Amino acid sequence: MTLFRVNNRTTSRLVFSVALAVLVSACDGADVKINQQGSEPTLPEPQRGLLPSMAIAEPIPWGDQQPTVPQGYKISAIATNLKIPRQTLVLPNGDILIAEGKGGNVSPMKPKDLIAGYIKAKGTTSVESGNRLTLLRDADGDGVYELKNVFADKLNAPYGLALVGDKLYVANQDALVRFDYRKGQTEASAPPVKITDLPSMINHHWTKSLAASADGRLLYVGIGSNSNITERGMVAEVDRAMVWEVNAETGAHRPYATGLRNPSALTIEPQSGQLWAVVNERDELGPDLVPDYLTSVREGGFYGWPYSYWGRNVDDRVRPQDSEKVASAIKPDFSLGSHVAPLGVDFSEPAMGSGFAEGAFVGEHGSWNRNNPVGYKVIFIPFRNGRPNGPPVDFVTGFRDADGKTRGRPVGVTVDPRGALIVADDLANVIWRVTSIGSR
Amino acid sequence: MTVTDDRPRGRELHPIHGVLVAGTIPLFLGGLLSDLAYSSSYQIEWSHFASWLIVGGLFYGGLALLWAVVDLLRTNHRGEHSRLYTLLLLATWVLGFLNSLVHARDAWAVMPTGLILSVIVVLLACASTWIGFVKFGVGGDK
Repeated sequence: MTLFRVNNRTTSRLVFSVALAVLVSACDGADVKINQQGSEPTLPEPQRGLLPSMAIAEPIPWGDQQPTVPQGYKISAIATNLKIPRQTLVLPNGDILIAEGKGGNVSPMKPKDLIAGYIKAKGTTSVESGNRLTLLRDADGDGVYELKNVFADKLNAPYGLALVGDKLYVANQDALVRFDYRKGQTEASAPPVKITDLPSMINHHWTKSLAASADGRLLYVGIGSNSNITERGMVAEVDRAMVWEVNAETGAHRPYATGLRNPSALTIEPQSGQLWAVVNERDELGPDLVPDYLTSVREGGFYGWPYSYWGRNVDDRVRPQDSEKVASAIKPDFSLGSHVAPLGVDFSEPAMGSGFAEGAFVGEHGSWNRNNPVGYKVIFIPFRNGRPNGPPVDFVTGFRDADGKTRGRPVGVTVDPRGALIVADDLANVIWRVTSIGSR
Repeated sequence: MTVTDDRPRGRELHPIHGVLVAGTIPLFLGGLLSDLAYSSSYQIEWSHFASWLIVGGLFYGGLALLWAVVDLLRTNHRGEHSRLYTLLLLATWVLGFLNSLVHARDAWAVMPTGLILSVIVVLLACASTWIGFVKFGVGGDK
């Protein structure tokens, strides 16, 4: 049996926390700007008052406003009134598929969950889950997507999308499924075929991200953890917080990389064929912990969750600990900053214009666990030779005002090789398309 | 031997008031035992049980506190006992509330503060109940 040593430090910490109780909601640390973007983020000491810091988006409509894009680019809404668009896929003929829906299957465990759930829901859309794929088409190439058709419905919170030849793969929250796809099709010809079930008995981080290997033989499925930091117990984390490698033909699967708390989007770097992911890290350790990140995903690699973060920084909230796992934890490649909540990633194409030709776009949904909000934008991280090269640049901004009024929240980002960035906005339920001003 | 009952007439705890204040003991004690079980087993369910039991204790204790405050305001002779009793209930509730905030932390972050607070709150709950019962007695059957 473990006994507690009530030492002086503990006692003084207790007295301290009791004394601070009255003041605590104002105690989100000084908002000192620390640089957390890049390969060597500054990591402060963990901190947690009696209440977690929360600043929730206050949704308002876009009205006449639009997101802001760099000079030389323009943005337009190509589809509105969707039912929670998350990820998009540009098909070979230029059509765009949108996965719409909202999943999750969790019951409250503690009194906290009832309250936190209510508060967080205020910062998201009230639209019902679409559970469908919608297809957009711009037949005459004028930049207006005049056709909008339901490609498939009655899906279960579809999220990840991938096309390999004439097979369209969709990662529902509970299963990986396949449609046959013929070029030019606007509606699926038959219900999907299941390739494999995905872990979903409990579905806290329910989104199942998806990417196909360069040769199309293998599929990678990102499966998020079932908790922030094991507060649902270790048993709930079996087959969670990892990327599965799935044989597209047989459905056979194995863990490809583990310790990735919530790998919310996957993509293949075109030059190297290497799998990359954006990962949402843990909360409630203070405004500047833990950095969310963009990383190449190494086969067999362990990225720390739950035992440690950013390499070997042990998270003391996890019991039992595992020092061997901590010792093996890989430091991710590129920190995006704490709480920015990256939910989309795609590599660019030369057609995006000279300043944005080589690198990765990342859609940042935006923070809640921080008094001074971060994220709520799409950034571009320059790459060279398949590696990050230089600081991130803002690409689409203006989703949130300084006063907290929030018009949109970016999720999936997809590069159209013809020279456009497609951004899904799951607060306004809009698809945005960014193109350079000379092009259509 | 003669024992003088110097308790003011009509100042006994109402039976329901008695149930409310005494009910805090098993609830907060259950929280403490659950904390101990979690700290020795690392099985998270115990920590969840503790969270709910503490909220239960706060519910009972909150009603008892409200009752005590109303009594204190209504009655003319505000005895020392009434004040002590109300103060103890208040301390139980405030520390119990802090404890429930600590228990809202994730996984092991509850420890060790949560366990220490659980011990203190159980002691305070016992003290309030003791003072309430001994000093006022439980009325209703006259």
